[in-house]
Amino acid sequence: MAEPLLELRGLNKSFGGLRVTENVSLTLEAGEIHALIGPNGAGKTTLIQQISGALAPDSGEIRFLGEDVTRLSMARRARRGLARSFQITSVIPSFSALENAALAVQARSGSSFRFFRPAAREAALNEAAMAALEEVGLAPRAHLPAAALSHGERRQLELAIALAMRPRALLLDEPLAGTGPEEAERLIRILRGLGARYGILLVEHDMRAVFALAQRVSVLAQGRVIATGSPAGIRADPVVRAAYLGEEEGEG
Amino acid sequence: MTWRDAALPAGVFAALALAPFLGFGQSHSLTLLARAMIFAMAAISLMLLVGGAGLVSLGHAAMMGVGAYAVVVLDHARITEAWAVLPAGVGATALFALATGAIAIRTSGVHFIMITLAFGQMAFFTASSLALFGGDDGYTLYGRTEIFGARLLEDRLAFHFACLFCLVAAWALVRALLASRFGRVLRAARENETRVRALGLEPYPYRLAAYVIAGAIGGLAGVLLANATEFVAPAYLAWQRSGDLLFMVILGGLAGPHGALLGALAFVLVEEWLATLTEHWRLIFGPLLILCVLFLRGGIAGLLGRG
Ligand SMILES: Nc1ncnc2c1ncn2[C@@H]1O[C@H](COP(=O)(O)OP(=O)(O)OP(=O)(O)O)[C@@H](O)[C@H]1O
Ligand SMILES: [Mg+2]
Repeated sequence: MAEPLLELRGLNKSFGGLRVTENVSLTLEAGEIHALIGPNGAGKTTLIQQISGALAPDSGEIRFLGEDVTRLSMARRARRGLARSFQITSVIPSFSALENAALAVQARSGSSFRFFRPAAREAALNEAAMAALEEVGLAPRAHLPAAALSHGERRQLELAIALAMRPRALLLDEPLAGTGPEEAERLIRILRGLGARYGILLVEHDMRAVFALAQRVSVLAQGRVIATGSPAGIRADPVVRAAYLGEEEGEG
Repeated sequence: MTWRDAALPAGVFAALALAPFLGFGQSHSLTLLARAMIFAMAAISLMLLVGGAGLVSLGHAAMMGVGAYAVVVLDHARITEAWAVLPAGVGATALFALATGAIAIRTSGVHFIMITLAFGQMAFFTASSLALFGGDDGYTLYGRTEIFGARLLEDRLAFHFACLFCLVAAWALVRALLASRFGRVLRAARENETRVRALGLEPYPYRLAAYVIAGAIGGLAGVLLANATEFVAPAYLAWQRSGDLLFMVILGGLAGPHGALLGALAFVLVEEWLATLTEHWRLIFGPLLILCVLFLRGGIAGLLGRG
């Protein structure tokens, strides 16, 4: 088989004395949902930030589509097809849902140095944006400003924006965070549909979602990958149970 | 798009076009209206930065100043032909904006305000030290800019319509820019820069382009201002003038270029009116501005739009 879609090789990152990423190596294949789980503060978001380019690792290599992207800016990586959703919803509040998605379409199709034609009337942008909104079930709310959407709807919008980028890989940081059971149900269905088309690195605390969606699971604890394997294997792994799952299941 | 985005400015432009024939045709009124229109142009260009890109510049008067001093330099060499003066004024300002913007736009927030202020002061002191052009005392032009050798702009009415034409053009340009793909990137980056980067767009070149365009429009306003007064002084570049421009923009409202248009006209006309009432007009004008900021959240444009 060719190189994986995304590959991390021996990443390290410290904040002062705190090692948040310690010799992390993992891969993401095309068409795979690879879940990344771990207790609070394990370093999941920090890892996503290094992959997306928001933070630079201290050492190690990030390879995407067979090329070293470790030193590329966030914008460059995004243009190559690495899309990211944020743990804390990050949209353009005054833009409508449609315009949020249309901006993502615009970013990947042609130059944005176009000065005179009204962007809101570019049918090609609007159609692709609407398709992305439809995919996440947000089309009926397309013309509301993002600030007026419910929390769950903004999570959907976050996902629609990522899809509108037509990425090769999706980095999703807790897409279900703060959603109610019904919204979570719907998002899980959407993600399952997306899984076959993209490589998805899914950070998620909701174990139901993780075990329903992922083909592979990696467990991060104190910055280190302590296990990688099938969902069933991870569930049975005593090291993982001790570090993480034990507490969770105890609560549930 | 709401009606007021187009209807309100259209009404204002119509009123400005008719004003000379409705009892505002004397030279004093025309001088005042020209001044108001020129500042409105500069305010509209600043609005592209403040309201569009979120770049609060406290050095925009320097743009007008560079345009005005371009007129002076050419006037000194006895070049008054519009087809030389206009490109020179606009080009010089665009270059100045490119050079200073390339540095300023690397900063943000308060640092951006401070660095634009610093560049403005730098331009101010440079102008003050130009002994050849009168230094602090300023420079009186030999004559207004000519068009194909004809002294068209000597005619106050012709000059009135030249200013109005430029004002309408500036408004239409900024309005179109804000609605374009380019403007959409600017507006998005103002609200959420990280999101824009995560989409694959680097805000810097868009902001720099906006800074240069705004500078060029400000430069054109400076060329007109030099012609309106037939006199140019370093005071044109003073930071107080930049503050006034910023004030006009905020007073008018940030919803679109029509806000800056209304804000600038109101500012210049009320200032003039108060000055005819009492010589202590500044004591009234200051608190009035403060009240406007406190109580007119959407600016004048927001107030009129609600009604
Ligand atoms: N900018 C920063 N400076 C210093 N420490 C940081 C910074 N960002 C994160 N940390 C610390 O790094 C550790 C990992 O944080 P991170 O946000 O990656 O965890 P996480 O696995 O995403 O947690 P959660 O499940 O709560 O989202 C935490 O101890 C956090 O306090
Ligand atoms: Mg996190």
